[in-house]
Amino acid sequence: MKFKKIFYSQKAAPYVFVLPFLLSFIFFWIYPLFSTVTMSFQDITATGKEFIGFKNYTKLLNDKVFHTAMLNSFEYMILSIALLIPFPMLYAVLMDGNLVKAKGLWKALLYLPALTSVVISGTLFRLMFSEYSTGQMNVIMHALGFGSQKWLKVKATGLGALLTLCCWRWTGVNMLYFLSGLKSIDKNLYEAAEIDGASAVQKFRYITIPLLKPTTIYVFTISIYAGLAMFLESFMLWAGNASPNNIGLTIVGYLYRRGIEKNQMGYASAVGLVLLILALIINMVQLVLNGSFKKEER
Amino acid sequence: MKKKVIGLMVCMALVVSLLPGCSKDNTKDTSSDAAKEETSGGESGTDESAEVQPEAVTTVGDPKGTHMEIWSFVELHNTYYGKMVEKWNEKNPDRTIEATFTTYPYGDMHNKLIMSLQTGEGAPDICDVEVGQFPNVVAGVDTWLYPLDDAAQPYMDTMVPARMETYMGSDGHYYGAPFHVGATVMYYNMAALEEAGITQADVDAVVTWDDYTALGERYIAAVNQEGKYFTSVDTGGTDWLWLAMAEYGEDWTGGFDGKANIELDSVKNMLNMQVGWLQSGVAEVSPDGHVDLEAGFQNILDHNIVSFPKAMWYMSRFINYMPEEKGNWYIAPCPVFEAGQPDSVGIGGTGTVVTQQAADKELAADFLCYAKMSMEGEQMNWEMLGFDVCNTAMWTDESIIHDDANQYNSFFRNYPYDVLNKIKDNIGKISVVKISPTINEEICNVTLNAILEDGTAVDDALKSSQEVIDLEQ
Repeated sequence: MKFKKIFYSQKAAPYVFVLPFLLSFIFFWIYPLFSTVTMSFQDITATGKEFIGFKNYTKLLNDKVFHTAMLNSFEYMILSIALLIPFPMLYAVLMDGNLVKAKGLWKALLYLPALTSVVISGTLFRLMFSEYSTGQMNVIMHALGFGSQKWLKVKATGLGALLTLCCWRWTGVNMLYFLSGLKSIDKNLYEAAEIDGASAVQKFRYITIPLLKPTTIYVFTISIYAGLAMFLESFMLWAGNASPNNIGLTIVGYLYRRGIEKNQMGYASAVGLVLLILALIINMVQLVLNGSFKKEER
Repeated sequence: MKKKVIGLMVCMALVVSLLPGCSKDNTKDTSSDAAKEETSGGESGTDESAEVQPEAVTTVGDPKGTHMEIWSFVELHNTYYGKMVEKWNEKNPDRTIEATFTTYPYGDMHNKLIMSLQTGEGAPDICDVEVGQFPNVVAGVDTWLYPLDDAAQPYMDTMVPARMETYMGSDGHYYGAPFHVGATVMYYNMAALEEAGITQADVDAVVTWDDYTALGERYIAAVNQEGKYFTSVDTGGTDWLWLAMAEYGEDWTGGFDGKANIELDSVKNMLNMQVGWLQSGVAEVSPDGHVDLEAGFQNILDHNIVSFPKAMWYMSRFINYMPEEKGNWYIAPCPVFEAGQPDSVGIGGTGTVVTQQAADKELAADFLCYAKMSMEGEQMNWEMLGFDVCNTAMWTDESIIHDDANQYNSFFRNYPYDVLNKIKDNIGKISVVKISPTINEEICNVTLNAILEDGTAVDDALKSSQEVIDLEQ
């Protein structure tokens, strides 16, 4: 029984077990990745395709709209990280301490938005930020004695609306990451610090932050990617991929516009590869600077 | 033995766990918007939703007949085709049809259609294509689509030629059957104007934009209330600009072979005039960008604006979203820059195509042209959908166009088709070609906002946008 032999072979079994993953990885990741690279050097039209060398890439260099999209994605990424790391960390520490009552309720409330569909919440935020005088935000502005604002037509307020949506949605999720990180910190350390007379701030600064570093790096890494790849939020907030002065256009939005809306798969592939390379570079630099690739010191 | 069974089970579980990976993210997005039935010429045609679930699937007709798949992004269109299938089967017992209708959200349907045409598999027999998306679909000319020239022949004498040409491929064949002319007219809120002492005779006396501006100033002075304007100008739609181009006989796309040029006198004149209106308080910027959106309907309902140009298909928006306005509105031809210029332009539309993947292409084409071009079809079209139909044979049929039982005829102060007959020789056409989506996108996203919201000079904004458009040609 040859089959039986292979099946029980200590050498073959691990491969059998990872085979499903490998197959899906090859079919759904490796193959598309390489075909994207090929496509990015092609001009793909309705009736045929031809190789055009680096033309798609040189066009990207001169494409003002793409530059706007890049700038938007970067601003969004940086600001969302600036908001979505310190605040969730703070909330997690508060939840972990004894100051807060009814912790379960707070956790549930903060986590709830992550369970809603972006489509629904995006639509609600769009209506809230409507420039018409009956929009929720304008009603609040009127109550405060200000005039109506054209929220989604101006870059600053448009980005503000996007970040509000983003924070509303992800604060709870990041808080849970930090909470699980906090649980793994040895309580004895805090006791020891207390005996040495450390203040709450000092404990946070010298125990919590350093020991939360693996969690922080993880959240940081996924936030970089999530920030650069954001699309659906902007798509819903502006009811489509078109926003005034392209203030809501992101790199993925531009990829969608070129590839799906205009059916220029070759050019869209080039946009996608630029995004991939950028996200890789930023994350590599970030991980190297954080020392994640160093050998374990312990 | 036990070990073996367990081993097998684990393996199977792993393989099965793989499968859901193929179909993940099905849960995204469920919104759609029937209101986007006809996006104005201006919109870049992006709509909500990236989902794959159809909104409605129905099957109609003779089960023994040829089976057809028909897709649309408006459920009412499919209901209409369904009724036409039944009529067709009665008239053609030897060539009967059974059709399955699927309604998808706007963006989805077009994306799915293009994908299926590109891969050569899974496309429907007949499919609605919104005019803004048409260049993407007609790019595949006869490798993707079946020409309608022969099937349309019996009706061509009385069809509006400009609308047939809108859906022409670069090879000169007709690929889309039109729903409507989309003739642009001026809608006036007579009830509000009368309160300000302006009569229907005053409105009828408007010939040029100067007359229109003067009437607007008179209205503003009479009302003298903050938040009340004569009209609203669009940052998210190109209807005003299309009208201006048609009046001067210009076309920023340059047609099939020409180069796109948006730095046209007609465009500049219109935009400069609008900037003047904003400064003098005659006009405001349309909330959310144009009048065919929720905020636009609200603005009209609140009588914040009392006139605006829009294609005749906008009548259905009154019926569906602003029924309270019944009896208030009056339809008139649009003003022109110089007396004697043509005063209308065809905007929006749906070109329905037959794909090369159709089971019986000839039958599909014959049915489609019957449904969308014959007198029976056009009468149903006007009664159900309220469109200004493309077969002019219906325009003169008194029993139809002056039928007071018709909801559109009774909603407005005058008969819509009377206005249409008045302007019928003046309806201009702006080409919808490969570059059109790029132009619309740049104008609606950047140019109009720069000029009307941010106060950039008209010439500068157009020049900068022209550079972006030049990158694509």
